[in-house]
Amino acid sequence: MPLAQQSSSVPVVVDDDKCIADKGCTVCVDVCPLDVLRISDQTGKAFMKYDECWYCMPCEADCPTGAVSVHIPFLLR
Amino acid sequence: MDEITEGTSQVDCDILVIGGGTAGPMAAYKAKKKNPDAKVILLEKANVKRSGAISMGMDGLNNAVIPGHSTPEQYVKEITVANDGIVDQAAVLKYAENCYEIIQELDNFGIRFQKDENGDFDVKKVHHIGTYVLPMPNGDTVKKALYRQLKRARLLISNRYMATRLLTGKDGRIAGAIAVNTRNAEFLVVRAKAVILCMGAAGRLGLPTSGYLYGTYENAANSGDGYAMAYHAGAGLANLECFQINPLIKDYNGPACAYVAGPFGGYTANNEGMRFIECDYWSGQMMQEFYNELQSGKGPVFLKLNHLADETISEIETILHEVERPTRGRFQVNRHNDYRHGMIEMHISEIGFCSGHSASGVYVDDNACTTVPGLYAAGDMASVPHNYMLGAFTNGAVAGEHAVDFVNEVDFADIDEDFIAAEKKRVLAPTLRDDGIPPNQIEYKTRRLVNDYLQPPKVTRKMQLAQDRFAETREAMENEMAVTNAHELMRSLEVASIMDCADMAAFASLFRTESRWGLYHNRADYPERDNENWFCHSILSKDDAGQMTIRKKEVDPYVIPIDEDEKDAYDKQRIKAQA
Repeated sequence: MPLAQQSSSVPVVVDDDKCIADKGCTVCVDVCPLDVLRISDQTGKAFMKYDECWYCMPCEADCPTGAVSVHIPFLLR
Repeated sequence: MDEITEGTSQVDCDILVIGGGTAGPMAAYKAKKKNPDAKVILLEKANVKRSGAISMGMDGLNNAVIPGHSTPEQYVKEITVANDGIVDQAAVLKYAENCYEIIQELDNFGIRFQKDENGDFDVKKVHHIGTYVLPMPNGDTVKKALYRQLKRARLLISNRYMATRLLTGKDGRIAGAIAVNTRNAEFLVVRAKAVILCMGAAGRLGLPTSGYLYGTYENAANSGDGYAMAYHAGAGLANLECFQINPLIKDYNGPACAYVAGPFGGYTANNEGMRFIECDYWSGQMMQEFYNELQSGKGPVFLKLNHLADETISEIETILHEVERPTRGRFQVNRHNDYRHGMIEMHISEIGFCSGHSASGVYVDDNACTTVPGLYAAGDMASVPHNYMLGAFTNGAVAGEHAVDFVNEVDFADIDEDFIAAEKKRVLAPTLRDDGIPPNQIEYKTRRLVNDYLQPPKVTRKMQLAQDRFAETREAMENEMAVTNAHELMRSLEVASIMDCADMAAFASLFRTESRWGLYHNRADYPERDNENWFCHSILSKDDAGQMTIRKKEVDPYVIPIDEDEKDAYDKQRIKAQA
C-alpha cells in the first residue's frame, strides 16, 4: 500500500544564526536519547528530523551557543 | 543520512553491560574497579552522556536507608507491606544494607545531597512508616558526574548500538549478544562471559492520553527491549501483572511530584481541595484511591500547593522546573498555571512494566542473577520492587561485582552461527519490503489496544480479546512492516519489544485470578485478594517449544518477620470521613 506524507509541527527549534553545526558541532545530535536530530545537508545546521520527542532537554541544555529550544509538543500543550 | 549499509563486526569481552542509564554505568564501573584487567563493554542505544530515566538528573533519592533515620530492617518491612507481601526479602535487604555506601560514593563523585546545618543528610518523611527521602539540590549533574567516572576508569563505551537478542550456548549459559547500529544498520556481535541487562522500564507499553507516542511517563527510549530480550533468552520474568501506573501532571505526563512537594506541605487533593489519601507514597493501594477519586464526583485530582507560603512555593518550583523534567515549567506557562493560585490537574499514567516503582521485572536473586547462568539484570527492569534510582545504582553495583568474579570461573560459551544468521534475517526483514506498514502505525495500534483492553480494572474477556488483536497486529508486524532507513529500523525493533511486552502483560494478568497491589492488578471479575491460592510470585518464561508459559513460585521465607498488625499498613489509604 502506498504511503502518505503527513506534516507535523515539531517541538525542537534551532536558531540557524546561532547553530555552529556547519563548523563541525554535533552536540545536540549526540545527546538526544531518542536520536531525532540531524544536521541538514542543505543548510549545515541542526534540525529535528523525526517528531519523536520526550521534551527532556539535553539538546538545549548542552548546546554550546544556546541555539536550541525545546517546546512542549502541541498534542500535550 | 541513516542509510542502511551491510556489515558485521565481532568483539569479545569479559562482561557486556547493556544499557547506559543508571544501573549500567554503575555495574560497568564497579566491575572494572574490582578487576581493572577485566574487559568490560558498555553498550547503549542512545548516548551514555544523556541516556536513560535520569537523562536530565533526579530531584532526590526516594528510598535512602541512612543510619540514624531508618534501618535496613525497617525498610524491608516497609517494602514488603507496600508490595502486599510478595517480596523475596533477601534482595531488598541487600539493597538496604548497601545503599548508604553508594550514597557516600555518589556524594564523592560530586552529586551532592541535601544536608542540614550540622552537616548530616537532611532526610524527609513521605512513606507510611519510615523516613527515606533525601533531596538532591544539584541533581541535574548526576549524568555528568557519572560519565566523568566512566572516562576515568577507561571503560569501553559503544553508543548508538541497539541490542536485539541475547546469545546463549548449548548448555543454556549466556554467550553474548547481537546488536545493530541505529544510524547505519551494521551488526555487532559481542561474545561475553557474562551479560548485565540494565535496559530500563517498558515505558512505551500503554498509550498516553495525549495520543503522542513519545509523551510517556518513562523516557520514551525505554521500550521494554530488556524484558523482550530476557524472555527470548529463556529467563524468568516475575509478577508482570503488577503494572506500573503513576500519578502525573495531566497531559504533560511527568511527575508532579508528591515526593518533592510533600515534605514542604504540598499534597494530592480532590476538586474540593481536600486530602483523600493518607500517604502520597506511590503504592498500588494509593493508586487505587487516586483512581477512585478520579472516577467520582469529587474528581479530578489535583496537586495542591496554593496554601503554602510564597517562598516555599518558589523553592518547590525551582526543583520541579530545573531537575529531572525541566520542561514542566514551560508546560505550566503555556497553561497559565501558577502554583500560587490554582491547583494543578493530575491524572494517572499509561501502564508499563517497571520495578523501580512497582514490582514487574526480570526475576533476579540477591546477587542480581537471573535464571539464565551468566545473565544479570539491574535497575527498572529487574524484579527488586520499589527500587527507584538508588536501587538501580546499588543493584547495578551488586551485579558488576558479582559478574566480575563469575567470569574468572568460566570461558566463553559457544555461539550459534545459525542463530545469528536467523536474527539478522529477522532484523532486516522490514528493510527488504518495497512498501508496507510503517513501524509508527503498528506501534500506535498495539498501544491503543493495550489501553483498550489491559488497563485496570482488568476484565478476563477483554484481556482475551486483547490477545486476539495482538496476534493479528503481530502478523502484520512480521509480514508487512516496512522501513526506509536505519532510524526507522530501530523503531521497528522497538515495536517488536513493545508487542512482546503487550503479550506478556495480558498473559501474566490472566494467570493471577485474584486482585492484588491495588490498581496495578485490579481484576474486576476477581475483586478479592486470595492469599490462600495466590500468596506467591508468578514467573513467566518461554518454554523449550518457544511458547509462553507461566508458573507460581513460593515467596522465600521472610528474613525480617512482619507482625500481624503491620501487614495492612498500606491497606488503609483513604482518609476516614469526619464524624
